[in-house]
Amino acid sequence: MTSGEAEVATTEDRPARLISGPGVLLVWLYGVMVVGAVSRSAYQIATDFGRAPLAYTLSAVAGVVYGFITYTLVRGGERARRAALVCCAAELVGVLVVGTWTLVEPSAFPDATVWSDYGMGYLFIPVLLPLSALYWLRRARAVTP
Amino acid sequence: MFAALMLVTGVAALLLAAWCGWAASRDQPTKDWHFIGMAVVTVLALVQLVVGIVLLARGEKPEQGTTIFVAYLLGAFACVPAAGFMSLAERSKWGSVTVAAGGVVLAVLEVRLYDIWGG
Repeated sequence: MTSGEAEVATTEDRPARLISGPGVLLVWLYGVMVVGAVSRSAYQIATDFGRAPLAYTLSAVAGVVYGFITYTLVRGGERARRAALVCCAAELVGVLVVGTWTLVEPSAFPDATVWSDYGMGYLFIPVLLPLSALYWLRRARAVTP
Repeated sequence: MFAALMLVTGVAALLLAAWCGWAASRDQPTKDWHFIGMAVVTVLALVQLVVGIVLLARGEKPEQGTTIFVAYLLGAFACVPAAGFMSLAERSKWGSVTVAAGGVVLAVLEVRLYDIWGG
């Protein structure tokens, strides 16, 4: 066995726990956002998709992204941590782009999305969450041996 | 009467949030008394769920639709227990912060529920 294989084995044995300490709060808030975004978009798409297709699709995409991040946080380990980092960055970009878009051109959105006005309808959690998650995920690597 | 129930549940949720936030600020995990508090809030949410369904069965219509109303009732009921279980797994002040966040989320749900019901 080479030293490289041994390293892989130890990281496999002890995956970095991402849901200890502040991570548990992140998982909780992401869980809430999953339920909020998925149920909201599912209801809107099922009942009245034609009214604001773009807004409802974006809400659904947000829900899927939240769901994936929640899953990676719960799963833990280095690969999950990296995947979560990428998704949180994508989420942040999404919130900023959609938030700006809704302010610049409100006519494109007859109905609100989860990310409208930078998530104002959700106490700005959609924009604060990826920032704190990115901070936490970067720190989690520094702590993990 | 249903409005009063929503108000009581929302206020109880905020009190729970403040209580657990206080525990977190003193670097404490959730203790037995906190779980009793969570149980009280959960019972209120359960009563609210049952009363809401009874009102629907009697033929009353929420202003913004029955489906959304029931979804929020279920969400309000599940909110605090879910946070409570997570604080069981995380025996540090962060468990207390999570329950406090759960209380705030429930209070927000109550406000939305009030809008959906139509006062």
